[in-house]
Amino acid sequence: MREKEYSCRSIVKGKVAGEAIVSKEAMCFYLCDPETGTVIEKNHPLKGRSIANKILVLQSGKGSSVVQVDGFYQMSVKGNLPLGIIVGEIEPVLVSAAVVVETPMVDRVETDPFEIIADGDWVEIDTDTEKIKVTKNQDS
Amino acid sequence: MRLTDNEKQMLDGTHGEGVQKAMELLVALGKSFDAEKLIPVSRAHVALSGQEGDTYWCQLLVDGGAHCKVIPSTNPAWDVEGLSKVYDVTKEEKELGERTIDVYRRIGARLSFCCTPELAGNVPSFGEHVAFSESSATPYVNAVLGARSNRESSCSALASAVTGVTPLYGYHIDENRAGTMLVEVEHQPDEAYDWGILGYYIGKFVGNHVPVISFRDLHRRPSPEELLYLGAEMATSGCVGMYHVLGITPEAVSREVAFQGKTPQEILLVTKKDIARQEEELSEKGGKINLVMLGCPHYSYEQLRELSLLIKNRRVHRDVAFWVLTSFDAIELARRSGDLEVIENAGCRLVPDTCIDEPCWKSFEGGLGVTDSPKCMYYRDRRGQPFVLRRLSECIDAAEKGEV
Repeated sequence: MREKEYSCRSIVKGKVAGEAIVSKEAMCFYLCDPETGTVIEKNHPLKGRSIANKILVLQSGKGSSVVQVDGFYQMSVKGNLPLGIIVGEIEPVLVSAAVVVETPMVDRVETDPFEIIADGDWVEIDTDTEKIKVTKNQDS
Repeated sequence: MRLTDNEKQMLDGTHGEGVQKAMELLVALGKSFDAEKLIPVSRAHVALSGQEGDTYWCQLLVDGGAHCKVIPSTNPAWDVEGLSKVYDVTKEEKELGERTIDVYRRIGARLSFCCTPELAGNVPSFGEHVAFSESSATPYVNAVLGARSNRESSCSALASAVTGVTPLYGYHIDENRAGTMLVEVEHQPDEAYDWGILGYYIGKFVGNHVPVISFRDLHRRPSPEELLYLGAEMATSGCVGMYHVLGITPEAVSREVAFQGKTPQEILLVTKKDIARQEEELSEKGGKINLVMLGCPHYSYEQLRELSLLIKNRRVHRDVAFWVLTSFDAIELARRSGDLEVIENAGCRLVPDTCIDEPCWKSFEGGLGVTDSPKCMYYRDRRGQPFVLRRLSECIDAAEKGEV
């Protein structure tokens, strides 16, 4: 079976599906180019790659509340936010920012999300049922 | 999280979309901190920034029909009407400034535009549960006033103002207010400036601890401004939301009480040398200056008086702009009490409603400034203006000479 379901906890509600991109490092969305969704932070593992319209599997957030919210906002205006975010370690600023721009967010996936999701996998998030469904990429 | 029927209605949209959005934010925050419920707040302070994202949130709530139940005081953005006549700002910057004022007025905020409401205007009492954003205000209301607030963002503080509640976690709970780190300080700082340097130094070591600061020799009670600077700078170099000063702050009448009977997990010793080194490390080297900027956090009326005593019969150099950021009511007090005339005669100007970190100051960027605030230095540096750090009396000397 290349498709599997896992339970999670809903933080910001929504139902979305898309291709996964994985960041084991925390992120500050102020350090993304809103025009493209490309990470521009120096030394970030995702530097040069776009998180726009993907399902982002993210360790955690960082940076002050003002800049994080502004970063999310600028990306949302350009339509370049991730479709949904699966968080490893939740923190308040990241939560606030996601609520403001209505990006679905979940945490507490029953199995470590970094173990079960890789770049390019197809991931569905449904916060009503508090489940994520992962379809492994055929090429991987 | 357990919600009351009324809170459930706020969440399901019965009270309108704006209230629903605000409630979604608070419930999401409560969940992420495992809060068991929401509790009422009696005061709020919104650290609006005038940035797009922040103004958007307020607009979203107010256009969704939300109105503040708890009237929040507001942080400064910038004095759009006054400063746009004096300095270059783009049309977009001016429009955003005006839109910020408009949305906060419509949602029913108190347009105080001052970052030190805890000194005058919105002062919580001991034990009061509040939602205060602004990194310099939160430690003051917790530590000095003994009120209870988490380190809110402007978004979450506005959500609390609109709903009247906040999730029960963090500094709202007794045990999380206990000191966990002992900071022993050799000497009592002289004036607010020195308390700021001390705070900046301590903040670097605090991490997630609640510091209990113990002075070996405290010969007088620190002023509100001195304690404000201490907390403001601890929250600049670190993320301190709560601290104690032994024998001074209300939840630290004794060591036993401050630590709630527990043993400190860490001890930090601070000597005079450490502070002298910190002061030297922070400041840029001297040179010709184009700006003296005081009032980060906003100068109180008492500080304006001090300024007027020091600047009397002196003259600011023609190549230097001297701005003091303060509140509209402190300016009015200074006018009535005779300080304003003295200050303005020296060539120094007071401005209300304005923060150092705003686009109206960009014409000074590229030049060197002088300030008495490490926090000002830290944020202005990101916008391309380095600052020399000096105490108030030396800032005035620099203003007169045009260099430092």
